[in-house]
Amino acid sequence: MGVCVLNEEKAKIWIFRDYERCSGCRRCEIACSLKHEGRIWPEASRVRVFMLIPGLEIPHLCTQCPDYPCISACLFKALTIDEKTGAVLVDVDKCTGCGKCIDACPGKVPFIHPRMRYAVICDLCGGEPECVRVCMEAGYNALLKVPRFATQAYKVYARKPEDIVKDLALKVYGEEWEGWI
Amino acid sequence: MPYGWWGRLLEVDLSTKSVKVTKVDRSTMRRYIGGRGLGVKILWDRLGRKWEEVDPLGPDNILLILTGPLTGYYPGGRVCVTGKSPQSNGVVGSTVGGEFGVELKCAGYDGLIVNGVAEKPIYLWIEDEEVDVRDASHIWGKDSRETLRVLTKELRSEMSKERPLSDVCKEPSILYVGPAGENKVRIAAVAAKITHAAGYGGYGAVMGSKMLKAIAVKGTGPLPEVAEPDVFEKALDDVCKSLAQSFMMRYWGTGSAGYTVGADTSSEPIRNWQEEWHDETKYGSSFFESKVWIKRFWGDFGCPTTCLKLAMIKYGKFKGTLTDNPDYELQAYLGTNLGVFEPEGGVYLSAKADDLGLCGIQVGNTLGFAAELYQRGILTKEDLGFELKWGDVESFARLQEMIAHRIGIGDVLAEGTYRAALKIGKMKNVNLMPYAVQVKGIGVGAHGIRSGLDYTKPTAYVCSLQGGDHTSVSNLDEKNRPEEWEIILIDSAVVCWFNFRKEHVYRFFKAVAGWNISEDELYSETAPRIAAIQRALLLLGGPDVYWDPRVDDDNPLRFYEPLPSGPKKGATVKKEDVDKLKRIYYEVAGWDEYGLPRVEALEKLGISEVGKALERVKQRLQTS
Repeated sequence: MGVCVLNEEKAKIWIFRDYERCSGCRRCEIACSLKHEGRIWPEASRVRVFMLIPGLEIPHLCTQCPDYPCISACLFKALTIDEKTGAVLVDVDKCTGCGKCIDACPGKVPFIHPRMRYAVICDLCGGEPECVRVCMEAGYNALLKVPRFATQAYKVYARKPEDIVKDLALKVYGEEWEGWI
Repeated sequence: MPYGWWGRLLEVDLSTKSVKVTKVDRSTMRRYIGGRGLGVKILWDRLGRKWEEVDPLGPDNILLILTGPLTGYYPGGRVCVTGKSPQSNGVVGSTVGGEFGVELKCAGYDGLIVNGVAEKPIYLWIEDEEVDVRDASHIWGKDSRETLRVLTKELRSEMSKERPLSDVCKEPSILYVGPAGENKVRIAAVAAKITHAAGYGGYGAVMGSKMLKAIAVKGTGPLPEVAEPDVFEKALDDVCKSLAQSFMMRYWGTGSAGYTVGADTSSEPIRNWQEEWHDETKYGSSFFESKVWIKRFWGDFGCPTTCLKLAMIKYGKFKGTLTDNPDYELQAYLGTNLGVFEPEGGVYLSAKADDLGLCGIQVGNTLGFAAELYQRGILTKEDLGFELKWGDVESFARLQEMIAHRIGIGDVLAEGTYRAALKIGKMKNVNLMPYAVQVKGIGVGAHGIRSGLDYTKPTAYVCSLQGGDHTSVSNLDEKNRPEEWEIILIDSAVVCWFNFRKEHVYRFFKAVAGWNISEDELYSETAPRIAAIQRALLLLGGPDVYWDPRVDDDNPLRFYEPLPSGPKKGATVKKEDVDKLKRIYYEVAGWDEYGLPRVEALEKLGISEVGKALERVKQRLQTS
């Protein structure tokens, strides 16, 4: 019967991202850090908005590659998959902050917490992402929660923000912005 | 530990290259809040005794970049830039949107105090506890866009190298000046994010006078703890939901006003305010939208309104131009005020102001002034080097360049409309004040008073603590209180005027700072205290300009001419009515017949020492 998961309720989820729609308001960072850190803390937010070129803000967050290279790279078994959502979960007691997961990530999405020695990765908020809630509330829909079908090319979204913004600058601002960053 | 703020200001002396942290205590914060209020307090304490001698563009001036207790918490990130203003010679709380204030707070500081002058061009790099005064010779002379590009690139690459791991780091937040600031042009802005500016006040020139090209900051920590975390999260949700309802403001920003303030309220500057009405529908938001808006929602930290629109021209002779819309003020000042009625021209001139680091409002005011002098044959082709006809976008762009680089007549116009009127008037032996649409050295914002249909009442600019600043007007509110007192709260908490909702702000004060600030405390103590000091410093003035409230607490002369066109043709305000209203305003504000804050009022506010300084003003007024 094909490879798609048809029952959306039981499906794992994905956070769809549309960079062109991002207003750069960073309410996702605020909501994320309030939920996970209990503080407004942009540098510790699981979704980080990069403004390498003003006007072309890039929300940068885990895409849950089907082969999870970060998990294979971890020497301490600190990373696991959330069976319910597909998110990568970090066991902060096991994580040493060695950075192997970052090396393995094609998009360099994980980072080490600015004050603690462990990796920070989006946990999809257990299925109800806060970043998506505020983005949708504002009507931007730059971040959307969608059911995760098996055939989609999630891994191609694992790119460094500087690479994404270079493309976006060419598309939106034009050629003269090619060497901006 | 206080809540919502740290009680720490980073203080840098550029002359000695020394850095220290200056503490601010709880009672000072509560009394002066932050931003404009705290700035006024610091300037008064440090420079009040010798205010008249302090050259705003000399080594004794202090540049302040201040957050408020709500910065980063209340939706819409802004930061307040202040110091002694080279325009009004008083204090202007000039705010600019962006993430700078949030980064500064995340680095552990509520603000930045910059003293002294550097010997050669420098920039400041603040990375949490580490503060570095660095050579800026490679970016000195560069336009805004290039300055931002080079600094973002080099600082980010440096931060990456410092990291032992391969993770990507975010960019720092940067405030900078363009060539206008470097050349101490009095209408230069402190800029951010290519298109944002703290324009009013002329603090770009203050940065230039200190040889300070830019300030970059990266804070890796959290914002300070809040007093009531649960209440705060609920309050944040509530205000964001409420702001998200303002559909038209979000979709058009202030960009619909380029048409409506002319067509509907007859209060838009046209050809240096010779008219205030137009019915050019092609200057409406629909045309901006279909021709040049490439991004509909663009916002600063935490803002659900995102009223900014990014505009880029992708065709024709102005191809490649990028700016934020323009919003209404620049639609008016770099459009209709110059006789320009097509979106492309306004966007081009607005982007040019961004690139050069000019305040779009002030330079639009000065360009309009110059063009009227040309219209009247007072300034000639010989003076300018070219013709300056209404609607000629390229000539106005050329003059912007000359102002920013102080070339030819641009050197005089770089002094701003008021000082240029004095200088050119002297040169030509003619009184040019009838064409200078400014109050106390500051070109008035793009909202006229003659039609009586706009929010600006007949005394809107007359008694303002910030002269022609349309965001700090001296109307009386429905309870017969100075509206400016509420604006003091906005600029001191450092929140965005467009996102300001009184009941939400009070709730935030309680939840974030733990202050149960009541309307009574604000209107009978906090705001009047800040206002009294700000008024005193404005009237102390000097060294090149002094204001006489009997003469200078007034509208620009143009506003007493009847409107020549439109449905409100013939409408004007009468001088005797304004004088009457001014007396009422003085009374309400607690000022005496000279417009000086009364001694009893100052005593009640716990700042009787201000009264002593005002004796100096009284003496000057009585002998002149």
